[in-house]
Amino acid sequence: MVAGYLLLTAALVVVAMVAGSKRAAGLMTAGGPRLHSLPSYHGFQASIAVFVVMLAVLVVGVTVERQVTTAATLSAFDTGVAADPLRRGAALRDAASLADGSFRGEPSPELRAAAAALSTARSATGWLMIALGLAGGAAALLLSLRTVSSDYRARNRVERFVKVILMAAAGVAVLTTIGIVFSVVFETYRFFFDPSLKGRPSVSEFLFGTQWSPQTALRADQGQTGGAFGIVPLVAGTLLITTIAMLVAGPVGLFAAIYMSEYATPRFRAFAKPILEILAGIPTVVLGFFAALTVAPFLRGFGESLGLSVASESALAAGLVMGMMIIPFVSSLSDDVINAVPQSLRDGSYALGATQSETIKKVVLPAALPGIVSAFMLAISRAVGETMIVVMAAGLAANLTFNPLEAVTTFTVQIKTILVGDQEFDSAKTLAAFALGFVLFFFTLTLNVIALRIVQKYREQYD
Amino acid sequence: MTEAALAPAARQATPFELDQKRIARRYAAERRFRAYGLAAIALTAVFIAVVIVDIVGKGLPAFWQHSLTIDIPVSAEAVDPSGTRDPAKMATEGDFAVPIREALSAVFPGNTSRAQRRLLTGIVSTGAGEELRERVMADPRLVGTTVRMSVLLSDDSDLYFKGQETESSTIAGATALTVSGTAGEVKLSAAAASAFAPALAAAGLPATGAVALDSSKPSVLVAVNGGIVKLATVDGSAATGTTLLPLKSDGAVKAGDWRTVIFMTPEANRRIGDQQAAWLDALKTSGQVERHFAWRLFTAGDSREPELAGIRGAIIGSALTLLVTLALCLPLGVAAAVYLEEFAPKNRLTEIVEVNINNLAAVPSIVFGLLGLAMFLNFFGLPRSAPLVGGLVLALLVLPTIIIASRAALKAVPPSIKEAALGVGASHQQAVFHHVLPVAMPGIMTGTIIGMAHALGETAPLLMIGMVAFIVDIPSGLTQAATVLPVQIYLWSDLPEQAFQAKTAAAIMVLLVFLFIMNGLAIVLRRRFERRW
Repeated sequence: MVAGYLLLTAALVVVAMVAGSKRAAGLMTAGGPRLHSLPSYHGFQASIAVFVVMLAVLVVGVTVERQVTTAATLSAFDTGVAADPLRRGAALRDAASLADGSFRGEPSPELRAAAAALSTARSATGWLMIALGLAGGAAALLLSLRTVSSDYRARNRVERFVKVILMAAAGVAVLTTIGIVFSVVFETYRFFFDPSLKGRPSVSEFLFGTQWSPQTALRADQGQTGGAFGIVPLVAGTLLITTIAMLVAGPVGLFAAIYMSEYATPRFRAFAKPILEILAGIPTVVLGFFAALTVAPFLRGFGESLGLSVASESALAAGLVMGMMIIPFVSSLSDDVINAVPQSLRDGSYALGATQSETIKKVVLPAALPGIVSAFMLAISRAVGETMIVVMAAGLAANLTFNPLEAVTTFTVQIKTILVGDQEFDSAKTLAAFALGFVLFFFTLTLNVIALRIVQKYREQYD
Repeated sequence: MTEAALAPAARQATPFELDQKRIARRYAAERRFRAYGLAAIALTAVFIAVVIVDIVGKGLPAFWQHSLTIDIPVSAEAVDPSGTRDPAKMATEGDFAVPIREALSAVFPGNTSRAQRRLLTGIVSTGAGEELRERVMADPRLVGTTVRMSVLLSDDSDLYFKGQETESSTIAGATALTVSGTAGEVKLSAAAASAFAPALAAAGLPATGAVALDSSKPSVLVAVNGGIVKLATVDGSAATGTTLLPLKSDGAVKAGDWRTVIFMTPEANRRIGDQQAAWLDALKTSGQVERHFAWRLFTAGDSREPELAGIRGAIIGSALTLLVTLALCLPLGVAAAVYLEEFAPKNRLTEIVEVNINNLAAVPSIVFGLLGLAMFLNFFGLPRSAPLVGGLVLALLVLPTIIIASRAALKAVPPSIKEAALGVGASHQQAVFHHVLPVAMPGIMTGTIIGMAHALGETAPLLMIGMVAFIVDIPSGLTQAATVLPVQIYLWSDLPEQAFQAKTAAAIMVLLVFLFIMNGLAIVLRRRFERRW
């Protein structure tokens, strides 16, 4: 029904386009008045009017249809069904699947009646919507055709409409941010302060508790409260893996950037830059597979040959591979800031007799330091938020340890573990994931904001 | 005193020499520094090479599969108990596993015990009955006849033929051998005391004295007279064992007419036991086992059985999801970029929008999954696991990338083009949409393709909105439950069956090929249409 309606809308929009421009073109007679706007703008104006009206009818229609069909379906069952949310949902689903012909099994007479009522209500509201839409669209078309005249400013009206659309598109990014903030803040608030939630921790227990085991806190009969939602082990685990990753990516990425921007010939650059780009393009799920099935067993075997016991999901494996993942990130950002250092600084240093590496160490890097620091901060935020590598290669158990050979867990692993699969939205366990998301989001956001600020300041300095 | 004065003073290095030394040191430091930079790039290159070689090495075997060609008696009482020959009735009432079992029993008679029969049916895929069902549904006249068809082997049998179950070696018998008995417990006595020594040595076992072979040691099998004997004890020239395949005859065998086969991995550590290995080898020798390209990988949906599982469902799911993403974020991204670059007034609000877009590009992807879960699923009540929701989330995720790339492309268009249009009387919007945007389009498309490639490889946010469900059916609509290629990779990588490891690597290879194609396209586009002004 909706698809048909959309097709109808499209057809009417095209009709309005043609009719509008034809009518305006008809006004252009030899010696007649000059048109203010080109005929096509009159066409656009007409089709915009039709489209807006028909879209409004659709939005209202779909909402009304849902209400009407639900009421019609439930009227076939006894009143107890409508009151019980579980049975209500099941009844609605069954009736809908029976009406669509995808029902499996033998339907009860009640269900048959409900499906019949649903079909009637659906087609009735559907046809009504189409009739109203057609009427509204036709009215809009006629009205806008009547406005067509030689001095009607159709172009200005169309351009104003287009500008509003463009502005709305730019607003989507802001809406996304608001949506993210709203969803994590709202659920996190419920996690800490909703009185109906069993087993919710206090804010200080959450921030300073050294035990993380959301599973045990779920069991209602145990009545265990607090203590199980302490994020200190997660912070430690995330920190450990991020540190390992940065120990790899920091020096390697920085040296790669220095070589690429200061030493490499154009030919070498043309060959080496794609390598870094390929690495940046490998999906993290692939690197996670590599970390879990190749690097981790290798480290385990290697550790055993040295007499060390290495966990099969060691922090080291996940950290090393994550470090490799963020190398391109560090190197391309550092490359940019090193290139932004003015050549005059280098020339001055060479004039004093410094070698190239001395110039880099003593002049270029100090000058680029703010930019490099912010590149590292962005890399850290990337490492903290990275999910698939740690999900596949790091552990689940929240061990409070700084030994890289042991298994640790991170924020992202816990969010993923809690939220994958069916979850009820009223348990402390599910909301805990949003609280973790809250911490993760604001931590990375702070890092990003500071880093971007530094970069901006630094750019201004040399511009 | 005079002594000291007269003695030649310890020769001091001249300033020139000191300089030379220092310069040498500084140049060495220079070379070291350069080497570090080169090493960093080399390390990255080596890492990529290792990752790709590792994955191709793991994944390549999964592109081949083994099938068994076998005569299947389609008995009417098993597949059509009601005797109507009505396909619809047979589909629900018929038991198509029975003919497969009977067909295997006909090849290897005498395996009457339940455990033996289960082992025997275990060498073919559990999907074999399904293949037969489809064949019979298409042509009900086959009921009551014998059908010669090719059925997939089970994943373990497949791995056995790919040599991933155990290392094996074969040693020809060097001396004459006497066999007593043709089935069950048999005794073997060789003409020389050292007859079994090479085999035991190859298995890493002591060759002297009595050796008992159990399931914790490598298996030693003797192939003789068309049958196979699994050795249980070896004592010098004498050995006892049980037959895995009955012998055609007993008595004396000449040297060179028998051989020993050693499976290095102990039977207890293998998924394919000696009995199944013997059957499989016999089938292979009779030419019934065929290795072919694993088309199923590309034509089937997900399955719990590795030999039946394919990525078609995931590829279609990825395509549907990306379709939604592209339909949303290309118009939105371009519109937002045009607004910010051309029409936005320079004020506080615009600045906030710009900072916001830059920050959004650095938000962890899993947070977008939280947004999708809380907003799209719980607040708007959109269906779980649907490509529609996945596409929405990915669109929001890549939108900042596309806006930033499109802005860069718009900015690269020289202002003279716009000014010329304005000069001949175009309105601002006409100048932008008729002249600036078309010129910037190649750059925008390049950015969009790279954003789409990013979306294709994205996994974490899709886990949050339920695209991890086990879905067998190929999705055919935007609101149906589906999964995508990277999530399929994640799901398979978690499964314990060894065969799934190869499947995972194969799926990764397919994903990487898609990504290379997309990125290649972006590069071609850039080369082809890039203009220097």
